[in-house]
Amino acid sequence: MEAFLREVQEVVKRYPQKRAAILPALYLAEQRFGWLSQEAYEAVAEALNMPKATVKGVATFYSMYRKAPMGRNLIQLCTNVACMVMGAETLLQLLERRYGLRPGGTTEDGRFSLVVMECIGACDRAPAMLVNKDFHPNLNENNIIEILEGYS
Amino acid sequence: MERILLKNIDNPESHRLKEYERVGGYSSLRKVLEQMSPQDVIEEVKTSGLRGRGGAGFPTGMKWEFASRDPKFPKYLICNADEGEPGTFKDRPILERNPHLLIEGMVISAYALKAEIGYIYLRGEYPYAKTVLEEAIREAYEAGYLGDNILGRGVRFHLSVHQGAGAYICGEETALIESIEGKRGQPRIKPPFPVNVGAWGMPTVVNNVETLANVPYIVEIGGEEYKKIGSPECPGPKLYSVSCCVKRPGVYELPMGTTLREIIYEHAGGIRDGRQLKAVIPGGISTPVLTPDRIDCPMDFVSLPKYGSMLGSGAVMVLDDSVCMVKVTWRAMRFFEHESCGKCTPCREGTGWLRNILERLEGGMGRPGDIELLQDVAKSIQGKTFCPLGDGAASVVLSFVRNFPEEFEFHIKEKRCMVGEG
Ligand SMILES: Cc1cc2nc3c(=O)[nH]c(=O)nc-3n(C[C@H](O)[C@H](O)[C@H](O)COP(=O)(O)O)c2cc1C
Ligand code: FES
Repeated sequence: MEAFLREVQEVVKRYPQKRAAILPALYLAEQRFGWLSQEAYEAVAEALNMPKATVKGVATFYSMYRKAPMGRNLIQLCTNVACMVMGAETLLQLLERRYGLRPGGTTEDGRFSLVVMECIGACDRAPAMLVNKDFHPNLNENNIIEILEGYS
Repeated sequence: MERILLKNIDNPESHRLKEYERVGGYSSLRKVLEQMSPQDVIEEVKTSGLRGRGGAGFPTGMKWEFASRDPKFPKYLICNADEGEPGTFKDRPILERNPHLLIEGMVISAYALKAEIGYIYLRGEYPYAKTVLEEAIREAYEAGYLGDNILGRGVRFHLSVHQGAGAYICGEETALIESIEGKRGQPRIKPPFPVNVGAWGMPTVVNNVETLANVPYIVEIGGEEYKKIGSPECPGPKLYSVSCCVKRPGVYELPMGTTLREIIYEHAGGIRDGRQLKAVIPGGISTPVLTPDRIDCPMDFVSLPKYGSMLGSGAVMVLDDSVCMVKVTWRAMRFFEHESCGKCTPCREGTGWLRNILERLEGGMGRPGDIELLQDVAKSIQGKTFCPLGDGAASVVLSFVRNFPEEFEFHIKEKRCMVGEG
């Protein structure tokens, strides 16, 4: 907790007002608590001396914060127009067949969670996904499984 | 044309300070601090005719002039690296491969504006760019290009990355400012404009990555010389991101005003798999679709409106005859519904209704009258929303229905796609 508070204080210095640190602090809390649990919201609220409701109100606006517990690996697969045209839908079907994974869901063994993304800025190498922080472009039915098998 | 914005990016070390300096990097900043006043820089940018590359094409020098005339201090400089418009990936090579060009552009701009604090608002979907940018910022501090006494000239500028978290609307400049302030990213009413009342109520300039990346070159060769590149009314180099059904998708740096035909057929290699061109979305998903008879259009801010669309972010999405237009419209609308911030009713409710109707059309459950209904709902959004997101959504539907009515009618009558597997 000490370390978390110190990190938040570091971030606060970049801004003329404390409140501006909410977004970065939420990322830090996610790293520390794994997801934005009640405990995580409380930690951010306390670090920034703000009501928990304010912090939560901000977090819920942004789709990339983890508002529920997630699997060990988060697959963020783009299905926007370029990726759709280049075959993202068959990849979605494949993930369901192979891992029983549906958008918004997590595998029973907690290995993967899947979130469908709007454009992730890789339309020239579509379809594309992020797994955790790793970027994987030019996906097809063969390489996507190979790539995912590399995550345990 | 020689590459200006993407200079040297094929070099694997292009993101490092040493490599950037080796090819002449930061010499424009030296020139500015040694020879130019802040007003000189603003005049040079005004002369250059540079227009913002974020979508609206607003003259950059004029924006800076407004902010600099405002007597309030402190002032802020924000780089818009939200790059959320589907189809757009043009800022990415600058962020990942040429970060010092952006930093140099920002320090020069901050000097011109007398801004001492700056932020790069970076989309959450670019974690690799975040690592690169933060390392580049660290290098720049160490070398004295950022900090309290830049190059020993008593100039102060501090820069950090503010990471977004997956909200397209935060690319809109006032929503972006709300987000930097630690709020939900909902747009503010304009006026007042950010140049007068921006971040924390202070004069704030928000510029796109590509816009700021043009500044060192303008300083280097002068506004008069710069103006000779590209279209007379919107000069300079332009990054076009080309995707979907072409042989060589990618980012192409070309003179502003290059025609769509040249971009698609010469640079991107033409249509893949021997297929026929059916449609082009010229400036990202929010811009009206064009039919193949319109591709002689020069790609700049003044020409595209004459052809019925907009330059937007310069994201060229090329669709061939295997692609169903109803499906593309449906997917685009799912995006707008998801990204509507919820602040104003026409956009929040309208995008949901449009998606709903498009979904039933796509699913073979369309009803007679659905086309008219789509148009009616779209027109009830157009011009009635708080920010341009709703207008974008409406114009996408209206343009697809207008240009490809037979596909929509076919879906209703035959309960299936005109093309492919559908
Ligand atoms: C819904 C919406 C999304 C936008 N997204 C972006 C974006 O991702 N990047 C960007 O630079 N500008 C975006 N803009 C435009 C900005 O509001 C603003 O005009 C721009 O950042 C100004 O910079 P410029 O003058 O350098 O173009 C968006 C506008 C709207 C209405
Ligand atoms: S549409 Fe998938 S990366 Fe752009």
